[in-house]
Amino acid sequence: MRSKLSYKEALWGYIFASPWFLGFFAFTIYPILMGIYYSFTEYNVLNPPIWTGVTNYVEFSRDPLVKISLYNTLYYTFIGVPLWLLMGLVLALLVHKPLKGVGFYRTIFYIPNIVPFIASVMIWLWILNPMYGLANILLRTLGLTPLGWLGNEKLSKPSLIFMGFWGVGGTMLIFLAGLNDIPAQLYEAAKIDGANSFQQFRYITLPMLSPVILFNLITGIIGTSQVFASVYIMTKGGPNNSTLMYVLYLYDNAFRYFKMGYASAMGVVLFLIILLLTILLLKSSQGWVHYERL
Amino acid sequence: MKDYKNFLKTIIYYMGVSLLACLYILPLLWMLSTSLKTQSDVLRLPPVLIPHSPQWSNYLTIFKRLPLGRYFLNTLIIAVSTMIGSIVSCTFVGYGFSKLRWPLRDFFFVVLLATMMIPFPTVMIPLFLTFRRLGWINTYLPLIIPTFCASPYLTFLARQFFMSVPNELIDAARVDGASELKIYSSLILPLSKPLIIVIGLFEFLYAWNDFTGPLIYLTSQEKFTLAIGLQLFSGAHMSEWHLQMAASTIVTLPIIVLFFILQRYFIEGITITGIK
Repeated sequence: MRSKLSYKEALWGYIFASPWFLGFFAFTIYPILMGIYYSFTEYNVLNPPIWTGVTNYVEFSRDPLVKISLYNTLYYTFIGVPLWLLMGLVLALLVHKPLKGVGFYRTIFYIPNIVPFIASVMIWLWILNPMYGLANILLRTLGLTPLGWLGNEKLSKPSLIFMGFWGVGGTMLIFLAGLNDIPAQLYEAAKIDGANSFQQFRYITLPMLSPVILFNLITGIIGTSQVFASVYIMTKGGPNNSTLMYVLYLYDNAFRYFKMGYASAMGVVLFLIILLLTILLLKSSQGWVHYERL
Repeated sequence: MKDYKNFLKTIIYYMGVSLLACLYILPLLWMLSTSLKTQSDVLRLPPVLIPHSPQWSNYLTIFKRLPLGRYFLNTLIIAVSTMIGSIVSCTFVGYGFSKLRWPLRDFFFVVLLATMMIPFPTVMIPLFLTFRRLGWINTYLPLIIPTFCASPYLTFLARQFFMSVPNELIDAARVDGASELKIYSSLILPLSKPLIIVIGLFEFLYAWNDFTGPLIYLTSQEKFTLAIGLQLFSGAHMSEWHLQMAASTIVTLPIIVLFFILQRYFIEGITITGIK
């Protein structure tokens, strides 16, 4: 009786999971395998793919634009993500206080996060306009020299990172939820022991938040290393390739030069890079993430 | 003395946080202000923050210059279809992963979580080529059909939600002879209103924001969504900032309104998966 029941339950289980299985094979496994296959071919869409062995990977290792785009992407990711996390944490700590009106500030900090992507890109193009943009108007008002922002080869990547600060409201909310989860007794015990607010932050808040920090770091790095749409619209990779991101270059190869094989090889390498980064982060986290809970 | 110090601290706190809040809201005010200016006022230095005579007609001009209504409709068609796809498939699969026991379930759940890590650009080209072979290019099918196959993130959300539904409730229904399909449709779904709202909201926002998908799959202008339609306009009319900002305001406004109506669900959806 019992085994018959679980047999039936197992059957239902597979039936309920079947849409995911279908999608998993059709939209994940199959494209990954095909991507690996295409990466060993020359394929311009019009003619069938021609097997060329490792030619694409050899070309990849010699392509100067690959090196530039990798550098740009790593720069943007590894400087941007930690700074945005820090900003998200600062905002969360600011609006965590049990003071009047913090709900209002919370809303203000969060709203930019929900502004539609295309609108925020257009707003920032306008703000960073060298002649009439708000950023340079403010700088001039303060008596400082106006900047070239996205049009300046040296400032283009910092400008992109600067824009990112506007959208940290989502991270703030996640940190806020993490802060709410820290038991108040911990702080009370620390106060009795004479810990000042910095010590409380360093020895209670930070360790208790470390799993949240790790989660945000990993998702942030995975997401940011795939940056495409914003640079596609705002800079097209310029000036002088200073904002040519890895996925933008991959897109160009696929849909501008119709080098589907080469672009697929870039996709395979991107997958490996992200896998490696995630493993490294998880490994390193054993040293700084505290999972014990009260 | 201590009171005085605390009072001072509070004042400094409010000044600091207010300054930051001003900086965060300024881009949106600047957008609104620019959208109500004349072309010559836009290029006037120093600028006026509040236009003397607000040019509400900019909002009519943008509708004449751009098939905005068409873009709205297209985006809504995609949004509603993907909302249905995700709500149906993610709750269905989520039930299977939370309330039914089957061999290798936990293994496949880890696989499901792992697929969230796969970068879209890696599968983008093979997917494009497959959809092209199927004749789906310049249709909404590549954007809609995959959502009927339970996206990992929202399925995870659904599973977490169903885990909190007491097993006794489901077992009682089973003893009464209800089939799993019946339990899902008349017991689980009616309990899942907040979950369904969160999934629907996420999918709606995704459709509203998605740029890369429509860029790759849609080729003719009358099929364009708001995101790529506006990008086209912004690229072609670089200097008409007042119209660009009017268009930006038009796409932003519905989302802000939605936020104030569904605030609770916005926050729940973000924080639910962000913690553990």
